[in-house]
Parts: sequence; structure tokens; C-alpha cells
Amino acid sequence: MYLYSLTLQRAGGIVCATNGNFVGGKTQEIVVARGKNLDLLRPDESGKLQTLLSVDVFGAIRSLAQFRLTGSQKDYLVVGSDSGRLVILEYSREHNMFHKVHQETFGKSGCRRIVPGQFLAVDPKGRAVMVAACEKQKLVYVLNRDAAARLTISSPLEAHKSHTITYSVVGVDCGFDNPIFASIELDYSESDLDPTGQAAADAQKHLTFYELDLGLNHVSRKWSEPVDNGANLLVTVPGGGDGPSGVLVCAENFVIYKNQGHPDVRAVIPRHTDLPAERGVLVVSAATHRQKSMFFFLLQTEYGDIFKVTLEHEGDRVTELKIKYFDTIPVTTSMCVLKTGFLFAASEFGNHALYQFQAIGEAEDIEASSATLMETDEGFQPVFFQPRGLKNLVRIDLVESLMPIMDMKILNLFEEETPQVFTLCGRGPRSSLRILRPGLAINEMAVSQLPGTPSAVWTVKKNINDEFDAYIVVSFVNATLVLSIGETIEEVSDSGFLDTTPSLSVSLLGDESLMQVHPNGIRHIREDGRINEWKTPGKKTIVKVGSNRLQVVIALSGGELIYFEMDLTGQLMEVEKHEMPGDVACLDIAPVPEGRQRSRFLAVGSYDNTIRILSLDPDDCMQILSVQSVSSPPESLLLLEVMASTGGEDGADHPASVFLNAGLQNGVLFRTVVDMVTGQLSDTRSRFLGLRAPKLFSATVRGRQAMLCLSSRPWLGYIHQGHFLLTPLSYEALEYAASFSSDQCAEGVVAVANEALRIFTVERLGETFNETVVPLRYTPRKFVLLPKRKHLIVIESDQGAFTAEEREAARKECLEAAGMGENGNANNGEQMENGDGDDEKEDALPDEQYGYPKAESDRWASCIRVLDPKTGNTTCLLELQDNEAAFSICTVNFHDKEYGTLLAVGTAKGLQFWPKRTVAAGFIHIYRFVEEGKSLELLHKTQVEGVPLALHQFQGRLLAGIGPVLRLYDLGKRRLLRKCENKLFPHTIVSINTYRDRIYVGDIQESFHYCKYRRDENQLYIFADDSVPRWLTAAHHIDFDTMAGADKFGNIYFVRLPQDLSDEIEEDPTGGKIKWEQGKLNGAPNKVEEIVQFHIGDVVTCLQKASLIPGGGECVIYGTVMGSVGALLPFISREDVDFFSHLEMHMRQEHPPLCGRDHMAFRSAYFPVKDVIDGDLCEQFPTLPPDLQRKIADELDRTPGEILKKLEDARNKII
Amino acid sequence: MASDRFNINSQLEHLQAKYVGTWHADLNRFEWGVNIQRDSYASYIGHYPILAYFSVAENESIERQRYNFMQVRLDPTSSSIIYINSQLPI
Repeated sequence: MYLYSLTLQRAGGIVCATNGNFVGGKTQEIVVARGKNLDLLRPDESGKLQTLLSVDVFGAIRSLAQFRLTGSQKDYLVVGSDSGRLVILEYSREHNMFHKVHQETFGKSGCRRIVPGQFLAVDPKGRAVMVAACEKQKLVYVLNRDAAARLTISSPLEAHKSHTITYSVVGVDCGFDNPIFASIELDYSESDLDPTGQAAADAQKHLTFYELDLGLNHVSRKWSEPVDNGANLLVTVPGGGDGPSGVLVCAENFVIYKNQGHPDVRAVIPRHTDLPAERGVLVVSAATHRQKSMFFFLLQTEYGDIFKVTLEHEGDRVTELKIKYFDTIPVTTSMCVLKTGFLFAASEFGNHALYQFQAIGEAEDIEASSATLMETDEGFQPVFFQPRGLKNLVRIDLVESLMPIMDMKILNLFEEETPQVFTLCGRGPRSSLRILRPGLAINEMAVSQLPGTPSAVWTVKKNINDEFDAYIVVSFVNATLVLSIGETIEEVSDSGFLDTTPSLSVSLLGDESLMQVHPNGIRHIREDGRINEWKTPGKKTIVKVGSNRLQVVIALSGGELIYFEMDLTGQLMEVEKHEMPGDVACLDIAPVPEGRQRSRFLAVGSYDNTIRILSLDPDDCMQILSVQSVSSPPESLLLLEVMASTGGEDGADHPASVFLNAGLQNGVLFRTVVDMVTGQLSDTRSRFLGLRAPKLFSATVRGRQAMLCLSSRPWLGYIHQGHFLLTPLSYEALEYAASFSSDQCAEGVVAVANEALRIFTVERLGETFNETVVPLRYTPRKFVLLPKRKHLIVIESDQGAFTAEEREAARKECLEAAGMGENGNANNGEQMENGDGDDEKEDALPDEQYGYPKAESDRWASCIRVLDPKTGNTTCLLELQDNEAAFSICTVNFHDKEYGTLLAVGTAKGLQFWPKRTVAAGFIHIYRFVEEGKSLELLHKTQVEGVPLALHQFQGRLLAGIGPVLRLYDLGKRRLLRKCENKLFPHTIVSINTYRDRIYVGDIQESFHYCKYRRDENQLYIFADDSVPRWLTAAHHIDFDTMAGADKFGNIYFVRLPQDLSDEIEEDPTGGKIKWEQGKLNGAPNKVEEIVQFHIGDVVTCLQKASLIPGGGECVIYGTVMGSVGALLPFISREDVDFFSHLEMHMRQEHPPLCGRDHMAFRSAYFPVKDVIDGDLCEQFPTLPPDLQRKIADELDRTPGEILKKLEDARNKII
Repeated sequence: MASDRFNINSQLEHLQAKYVGTWHADLNRFEWGVNIQRDSYASYIGHYPILAYFSVAENESIERQRYNFMQVRLDPTSSSIIYINSQLPI
């Protein structure tokens, strides 16, 4: 079995981010690393974050830094990754891609102890970069420029110190003196020699300054001083005339200013009043804002509070350090302060946000200062505060992120054309159920009812130079309605259009005259109001029209074509007539090319299943240039001109070309390239769009021509970053559409469907899915479907959290303390849910933004929720009491059928991971569905000895994996009854799948175990297992002998029991039991074989076999912790396997990954890749320069177009 | 003696010092355990998705989790043998 791996939704989580001036010019951009993707983002004028570029680098990006050579206008990007290489990138605006400027190898690949890459620090003047490992090694590269102003890089200078752990590295701002790097280090050499642990307890962290002597080209340890043992992060303080230089050391509970030859200035970080005393406050991210006259720092703590840190200084002497409460936002991994007054907050889980500064924290607020620091016998006096609503920041945009996907199911609960992907995302108060639908999101601007059922709609400008459309013209069966676009949209009658007849086409003709084509003629409305009418000869009527700005072709009933052209005086003149063999089904003319008099091609579709290309040139007018036969009569035609592009903001290089698109009556969209000179058709592609014949309309997307296809659902075809994408829109079926532009909406679409006129815009271009969000209360763990009622049951649990009642009590107390208890919180009782945005005033501090208060780590909060996915309403929510937390769930039908479907939930009471994993008790709850599945009722609760992490129905009984025990339960009156068990599993059972009498058990650390249940002997026994210790995170049953699994290190693998073994076991009357009794080396007698192996580079948390499109092949869909969704599609033909593996091979050679990791090595990071072809790499083919594309295509004996078609086909099979 | 510099033992010692975490024949149980722990934590810290996975399980912020892992690396014997075996179910 060969698989094609393709990422459908790129990771949403952000590892690290940096901002700078990468494009050049005035704008500021943000570069974010999303695991193995590198994205370039920019806020546009309206404050929406736009993705300029997203590259898959096939490696783990661990750190980013930006620097600028003095006097330069543009920033470079340094990337620290797992490649054992330092890579310096430059963004090229012309090609819209990152160019690798330097790639310096310094060590082995992989995330190792002593191979640098974990930390990056740059000299603020851009003269040197330090790359450090978390242990021992630090390398310094000197950056300079040569005579041609190109960036040069030196060979590395070592600043190693063995037996040290590095916590943070930063470049110290010391003007143009020798560059200095500061690091927090911890020496462990003594603690290693002392097994009593005394030395480890006494170990002291040091702040060390490394000086790079540019003259001697040498790095020396300049200064080292003990620092607070809680230190974890360094922040550079501006120097060299702008400030006092030195560093801020962020430690647990403290911020300390340190510099060489300067006494420490220390201040405490204010604490939440309700924070348990044993918890420290750790700074998790920092951002610096500097202007000419001032600077300040924003530090965010692990509870989400941002503090503004300012330094009072006289020259180089810092007199006071102030920490003032600023605002509270969800915990971030990185914050970027942009010069334009924006704060980009890359959340560690859930959606990222862009905030705008309203103020910079000048107002009165809780403040801790070094001047008022009090030291008592118990240590330093803490400062307390309560979070409040946002004062200084206001959120203006959200960037969606699914991170972390905890569970996923692909179901078609809504009975739509394509199935929906239900994902459980997020953590704690920010968790949600997100329903993903393939397609682009729509922003509906207006819906208005029309008198009757419209058949068509057009928009038209009054003048070619107008920016916006002037009229919307709607045609009915026997009338035409003209609406004028202004502040409001209203009906007008002075437009000159004939309103007593239906229209066939309305458009702008010439520079400023309008044309209306109706069945009986053409009405040409000149700019001065004169009207010219052309009447059809005899009793013939016009059936189809094709037109552009200067040319009109009409088809009369019977198949006669008449061609008109606009002459120099602005008159519409008949030029030519042509008889077609039969009625014309559809026709279209391409728009007039820039600088030409006319377009050369007319496409005509006939009912005899052919499309003809006719010439409109005067010398061979109405000659047939080419004929294409298609599978079904064409319904609609569109000639789409793709302009030549040499990259730029959006799109890679591609030459100008004309595509003929045809919507066929069988629902297929047919696309083919028209040769610009000869009119010959080549390179045909077809795709099934829906049950109705697609109608094609041209639209504008980001200033480029795009195509709307209206089938049983609407689709948009557009160019995104060099790819032509055809994506469904998440909207109802439409009848007719036209592009729409007004000052409220620059690039909209107006469409008619049923009796309504709709105006909408398309959002978030380039996304594969759009989402509907249902907020949840705690971190969701798993969910199941109640098949009959189509309800979802979700289990949620959080460690270290208070239950809803406790939180509510605390909140009331707090409000009372604040003296507002008497007014306004009467209905706060129902306000337990997060995300109830509807009464903001009531709930000033939504948990989603502020997080739950922290409880002791042995406290758990958990709930079971029954959810109606259609409405998003929770019909039943059971909060578990008594420190229990739910971990597993399944629906089960016991064979006595007394209660019908029951729900089994596995819980743990008082589970603790530190210092040792302990649990007070485990339980299996059995619930009965009441009120038509809307609610749950506890039947009974059975205590078990461990945490039941896996539950599954099996032959009318319940299988439970409790620690290393697999046990079969039957339903009793007051508890579950043990029927059979097997205690021979190595560690902890985390997954159970069953098929017939086979049970596939997944162990947390030891991969899969295939078991059998023998009913007559009532015995469960293991007959096969895996030879590789896999730390299983997800499992899915593929077929009788095959399981798919994913491990903690980011691999997906399939194991299969060899056919002969499988047959033997099935035929053996003892079912391999004799053999099992002779098991070898503590394992099972048979071993499964690994048949597929692939490194995803991200922890996969869920796997499912499903098909995302109707009629599409089944593939394995996975979701990951970083919030990406991907698919593995099995190849059907050997030919495809050959083609793609060769393409992959050439891509590896010709286009090595951007950050220096070898592609093959990355995909084989833990185990050699087996039988999987990386579609993400293959899909980078269109981004290659054209000559390279041709070279690869030649090697494959194909044309670049054919390769693109193959890639498109492979994607279309999945989604 | 010139030959001493090139004998296999001194070379090995040199390599041992250069490549931290490599093993040798006289490695004792404690050193072996410490090496494994430090390697594992370096890998957890380096692979962000794994770090995120742990922090979801423990309901801590990712930075706090990274900091804890760094701290554990100092003295891996105290708590971490447990840690590597602490299979966090999420």
C-alpha cells in the first residue's frame, strides 16, 4: 500500500514570532513559525491580518530572530531549527518567497542536547548572531557586508562551556562597542558527582556576559554573576544612548535589572489575590516597545496578565524599576509590538489576536516598584491585584487556530453534500467544538426579498473609469428590475433599460454606454440618453448572448450567430453572420486584452456535446479554430484570462494564458487551456462540482479575475500564491451571480436564489475549511456520537481547576467585596459557561479571555455534556463531583437490551502526575439516556483499581482498559460485573478497537496488541503484537488485519498481520492458543509487520478513515496538537506511485527545504519513511522557477502542465 | 610520549568530553539514567508539539512546562525517572 500525504489545514499554533521590516518600505510584517511552517503576516489597512506567504520547511523551527545591518532598509530573518544549521533568509517581494542567503552547518540534525538551534540571539546592531543549545554549546557568527553590500557571515566562534544548562540567551545593546551576549546558565557538574542531591539543591544560576571582540575575532566570557534561581528569561534593555543598556532578568515572581558593574534593581511581579501560595509567577513572553524618547517592556505572565515595565534611569544608572499592571489577554508564546500601534499576540492555545493600543498604561494602576520592595523574614512582600477589563488594548482581529485538536470525527450529521469535520479544540476556558466544512467562509452583507422569482442578475458601471458599480439589474420571467447603488440600494426607472421584458444580458459597452439584450433585440443606451434598438429578424428570438466591452455575439433560435462590433463612433455594427449546425447551448467571448481592439476567441457550446472555438479576427472571422467534444452538453462557458505574473504580492511566475471553462449538464466543470495564437485546446481537466450543471460567472478576487461556479453549491476558482484553487463556498445554492463593487464592499458578489437578492463577500482566501464554533467549559478529551439522535456527548476535564460552583461562589464573593454585589448580578447564576458573549456588561471578565483561577494541582474539574450539534445547544451538562475527571467514553448496547443504548464513562478520582502518578480511585459510570437522548441519568458507578483510559463495546458487553488490564464487563443491577480479564499488557491500555472476535488493543508505550476472545472458554488472549515500542497517541482500525496508529514523536504508521499468519489463526481450532501459551520473550508468538511509516512532525491526536467528498476515495484523516488536519490517500494505480515518487525524488534534489533540514531525513526522523509520498513537497512544484519546472518535467517525460494537473487531481481526490 | 596522545583511550576520553551524552564501557547506572533523562528532556523542549502535548495534560502554560523540564534536567534523578514513565493520558 502506498499513500499520498497531504496537509489539508496547516498548523494553527505558533511556536515563535518576530516582527520586522522584511518586505522593505515602511510596513512592518510579522514572521511566525508554526512548527514546520514559516508564515509572513501583515496587518492591512483595516487591521485584518493577511498572510503574504506560507512555506512548509520540512523541519522543526525552534527559534526566530530578525536583524538589520546598519544603514540597510530591510531586515533579515535568522532561523534556528532542528537541521543543525543556521539559516538566514531574506524575503523577496518580486518572487513572493524567502531566499536563503546563508546556510551554515554546525552540527548534527535533530533536537539534541548539545546541538545549537534552541536559542537565537542577535546583536541589536546586527553585527553578530549567537545560536545556542540548551546544554553546553554556543556559537557566534559575525555578520558583515561585502563591497557589493551583500551579507557575509563568518565561520563560527565557539563560546562553549561544558556542564551548563542554558535557559535564555539575548544580545545586549551596547551601541557600537563590541557585541555582548547575555545568557542564564546553570552549572551541573557538581550535582552530577553528588548522588545525595545536596549539590543539586545548592546549584546556582548565573548570568553570564559573552563578549565578541571584533578586532581579535574571539569570544570571551566577560562577566558572570549569580542570579535569582528562578530566572528563566532575559530581555534586552536599550543602550547606546537610548537607555542604560544591560538586561532584565525575568525570574519566578521577580524582574531584576542587571548590568555589569551595576547593583541589582529588583521588583516583584504582582500576583492574583486568589493564586495559591505555592504557585510562582513566571514570565512567559516579552515584547519591547522603543521610540526615540522612551522605551518600555511588556511582560506576560503564565496567567495571562501583561505588565508594563519601565526603568527610571539617569544615564547608565538605573534608579527604579516599575512593574505596572497593563491588561490581561490569553497566554501567549510571543508578543510583537508593531510601530503602527498594534500588538500581535500569538496565543499558546486557541485563536491568536491582533490588538490595538488605546493607551500605553499611563493611567493609575496597581504597581510594584523596586523602590517600595519590602523584604521580610519570609522573603519579599508580594503585591496583589485583581484583573480587570481591557483598558489599554482593544482587539481588532482574530486569527483562527485549532491548536490543540484533542479529538476529531468526520460525520455527515447535517446531511449536507460533504461530510463535516467535528473537532474538539483548545484548552481550559478557551476550548470549543469546531465544526469544519470544506470551503470558504462567506460574509453575508445583505439579503433582500424581491417581488417574484428572479432568473438573472447583473451589475453594471456607468463609466469604464468608475470605481464602483452603478446599477444592479435583475431579470424576472417577464420583467426587468433596475436598482441603483448608492448609500442605499433602491429601484429606479430613469436608467433607460427596458423593464417590460426579461433580459438576457446587461453590460457596459464602450467607455460609457450601456447595453441590454432581451429576447427580441439589443437595446443600446448611449451616454447622452439616446437609445438605439436592434430588432431580431422575423420571429426569431435571441437565446444566448456573449459580450465584452467592444464585441457582442448573439445566438438566435435555430443556431444563427450574429457578431457585432463597436466602431470608432460608438455605434454597434453588425459584422458577420454564421449558421451553426444546431441550437447554441451557450457562448462566451473573452475580455478584450489590454491594448487590443478585440478579443480573438469566441467559444460556442452546442447540444451535440461539443465546444467550438471561433475566430473573431477580421481576416478569418467566424472560422472554426478548434473543436472539443465533451461528455455532456455544456450549460455555461467562461473564458478566463490569467494575466502574466512574475510573482509580487500574490502568486508565483506564470505566463499569460486563457482558460476555457465549461459547466456541463452532468455537473462537471471542464477546464482547458486555449492556445493564445492558434486557438487550439490542450491540457484538459475536469472536476465534478455538484448535481446541477455549473453556471459560470466571472468575479474579482484581490484585483484578479476569478470564477464563480454555481452548481448545487457555489464554488470559487481563484489564484492563491501561485496555485489555481477551486474551492466550495459555504453558502446555499445560488441561481445566478455577478461581481459587485461599492464603497461599502470593494470585492463582493451579488447573487439571486429563490426570491431573494444576496450580497456577500468571500473571506479568508486560501483556507481549506471554515468553522462553526461551539464553546465548551473545560479541556475536551473525547467525544462520541449517539447515532440514533445525532447528539454528541463530550467529556471535558481540567487539572488544577475549580468546579463551576466553586468558581461561581468565588466570583460572588469577589463582587461583594468590590461592593457591587447588590446590583446587576442577579442572573449570574446561569453565567457559568464561557463564551456567553451576549451580556458582556454582566460578565466583565469572560473566562475565555482571563482564564480560570488556578487551583492546587491535585484538583480536577470535569463534566459530561450532551450537545445538539445542529443548534450548538447543550441539552445536558453533568459536572462531576468529588474531584473526579472523565477520561474515556463510549456508547454501549448490552445484550439484554433492557435499557437500549447506554453511555459508559471512565473517570479517575484525584489523579496526580507529580511526583509520581497516583490515583485515589477509578470509576466506570453507566448512564442512561432520557428525554429522547437529550439528557443523562446515572444508572450506577463501578469502582476499578486504575484509570479506565479506554472503553469499547464488544459483543454486547463492555471492554475496559484499566492500566495494564483488559477486562470484559457485563451490566449488573447495581454495578458492572467482571466477566473475563487479561492482565498481561505491558503498561497502560489507551485504545481498544474491535472487529468480529478480534480486539485490537493499543498500549501507551508498546504499540498494538491483537487479541482474541474465545467465548466458549471465556478467555481473552494476545496472539500478536508489535516489535517496536511505540508511544501511542491515536489509533484507528483499518481492516481485519491492519491498524493505523500515531506515536508521541509525530509518526504515523500502519501495522498489518501477515496474511498467512492471519489465515492460520483464523483456521486454527484453538485460534493460535497453543502457540500463545508458548509466547516468547514476554511477548506474543506472532508479530505484526509495519507496512507504512511517515513522520508528520507533529503529535497526531486523532485518526479516522473517511471520505471528505462525495464519490472521493477513502483516506485516513488526522488531526494534530498544533491544529493541523491532514490526509493520507492510498494510491490506486502503480503508475501514479511511480510518477509521484519520481516527482518527490526530483523535488528533493532540486528544491531542498528552506531551513536546511534534509527532506528525506525529516520524514524519516525516527523510523525510515515507508511507502508514503509527501504531497506537501510535491505541491511546491508550482513555486519553482519555470526553467526548473521544465527540467523536472523533462526528466519525468511530461510537461509542467501535466504535472500540475496530476497534483490538482490528487488533491481533488481528497477534498 | 607522542604515542600516548594517539592511543585509543585518550582519544575516547577526548571524544567523550566533546560529545556530551555519549556512552562508554564504564558507565554506571546513575550516569546512564542521567544521560537518558537529559537527552529526553532536550528532545521534549526542542519539539514544540510534544511540549504542548505535555502542557495540555498537566494544564500548565507551555513556558512553565519548558521551565520545569529545564529544571528537571539539572537533577534528573530526583523526579524524572518517574517523569519519563509518567504516561500522560489526554
